[in-house]
Amino acid sequence: MIEITVKIVNKAGLHTRPAATIVKLAAKYKCEFFIYRDGLSINGKSIIGVMTLAAEMGSEIKLTFDGADEQQACDEIVAYFERGFDEL
Amino acid sequence: MKSFKDIYKNSENKIAGIAAAPGIVIGQVYLFAKEKLEISKAPITDVAEAIENFQEALRQSKKELNKIFGIAREKMDEVRAAIFEAQVMILDDPILIQNIESRIAKEMIQPEFIVADEISKYQELMIISHESYMKERAHDIEDIKHRIIRNLQKKRWQSKIETNLIVVSEALTPADTLLFSRRETLAFVTDHGGLTSHAAIISRSLNIPAVVGTHNATQLIKEGDTIIVDGFHGYIITNPTDEQLHFFTEKQKKLQEIQKGLEEFRDQPAVTLDGKEIKLEANVDVTGEIDVVITSNANGIGLYRSEQILNELGVFPEEDEQAIIYSKLASRMYPKFVTIRAFDIGGDKFRISEYKEPNPFLGLRGVRFLLENETLFRTQIRAVLKASENKNVRLMIPMISTLDEVWRCLDIIHECKSDLKREKIKFDNHIKVGIMIEVPSAAVMAKEYAEEVDFLSIGTNDLIQYMMAVDRGNDLVSNLYQEFSPVVVRTIEHIVKAAKHSKIPVSICGEMAADTLAIPLLVGLGLDSLNDVSKYNFIRKKS
Repeated sequence: MIEITVKIVNKAGLHTRPAATIVKLAAKYKCEFFIYRDGLSINGKSIIGVMTLAAEMGSEIKLTFDGADEQQACDEIVAYFERGFDEL
Repeated sequence: MKSFKDIYKNSENKIAGIAAAPGIVIGQVYLFAKEKLEISKAPITDVAEAIENFQEALRQSKKELNKIFGIAREKMDEVRAAIFEAQVMILDDPILIQNIESRIAKEMIQPEFIVADEISKYQELMIISHESYMKERAHDIEDIKHRIIRNLQKKRWQSKIETNLIVVSEALTPADTLLFSRRETLAFVTDHGGLTSHAAIISRSLNIPAVVGTHNATQLIKEGDTIIVDGFHGYIITNPTDEQLHFFTEKQKKLQEIQKGLEEFRDQPAVTLDGKEIKLEANVDVTGEIDVVITSNANGIGLYRSEQILNELGVFPEEDEQAIIYSKLASRMYPKFVTIRAFDIGGDKFRISEYKEPNPFLGLRGVRFLLENETLFRTQIRAVLKASENKNVRLMIPMISTLDEVWRCLDIIHECKSDLKREKIKFDNHIKVGIMIEVPSAAVMAKEYAEEVDFLSIGTNDLIQYMMAVDRGNDLVSNLYQEFSPVVVRTIEHIVKAAKHSKIPVSICGEMAADTLAIPLLVGLGLDSLNDVSKYNFIRKKS
């Protein structure tokens, strides 16, 4: 299992459009993917779940990946966070 | 022949409201209520059948949603319609569907109960958040929840709506208004809301008569009733007598005649008998309204409310995204011009959770907010400049109340221009910059302001509210909001003189510009252009 903390770097934060993209990226992989915030664990493959996260610029959230293709999934999704959801 | 006054004086069966969009309509009522769903918790015996019903409800919901988003895409642009994508995705959410299906199998109760229970859990998480946009999200999801449950109960009320009805409702969201407009709705009547509510503004621009703020129309009117809606005077007549029907049918005929007689004026310039040409311009709230602007042959867009982008997106768009929206608008209107008003945030227009003010109308709104958030302001100025390449874009600053604000804005615009030049980006170096005159302090000092900028625009809605100290959205005092009060007329005259003195154009926007009775007065005062969209453009050309 991979555990990693990422920071929200775009101005608008984790709004609806990046939420949808994250779920779409996660759907490509078989591994389990969870997002942790404020003591809650959210399944990263569930759009309605990810939409409950209010993560503004500067906040940090923990991600976990667990399964055969965890490394590839982690690389692609973390890169998307680091690019500020392509909004920088 | 009797007058309106006679008719209303003796009518026991009238309901008074606020005249929000002009026109007279006689028709049948469709009572639109966000119905309270009755959710059954009854046990089931056949799990496979229940799951099949659930999946069928998902399929049906997806079909309905895709249809609505088709309309949104037509009326808004692609970027904004994309926001709906997440909503459609919820209907495919594997975790949500799996949870619901396994609970149906385990608990053996009606799927509708489990759908309501599961989705409500997520909504609660959103509602407890401090971010205001999260509450909006919870509301969006309410729509999806209702849709699935309704389809499980095999109720198809949406498609049951017939055309040519009068929609009576407690309140209407802009989206409701937009949807109903597609069903050839005859008129809107609501319990809540004032003249400046977005539903009122949209019905005006889509030429659908409306009476709002009736307090209790939904209780007094029944589904299927025949009623008369008078969008000129703000009255509804229930169960009309033969005499009333006759009176209003005659009025309708007369209006149609005027209308027909005026159609021919559409393509002619609006010139008064003494040869003065008046420019008719449009206010644009929804991108879809541009079609109305183009067919009505307006001279351009006198007011594009850029904060509507925020209402739709829920976030501040990046510079490039804004530049695309503005450029699209400018190229669609070319060679007619577009006046983009910088984000007018605050007041009733758009609230931001961090700024909880006791009195937002007297608080950090318009230019005050922009100067407080200079980075955001610069982003917008740069985007507007980028869209100005074809020289048909103007920039307008809202809510100016001191001369210092004007200077600071002009300095920032100048700096943005220098930056773009350095970056070798093309734009209109002589872009016209104007200000809204909507605060009494600016109205008094209009002469000094006119020397600094390229044009003035009088925002009558706010100006009258601030001058009379009356909230026109407040049904209890909105009768004090009087466009023809001498103080209003004298103030407008004062501003027009100031503009003439500096030889710059002055226009007027706000409901007053659409008021058939106010137009001769405004023209007489020397206004150069009137901003609004409505069929009454034609009437205006004649008066």
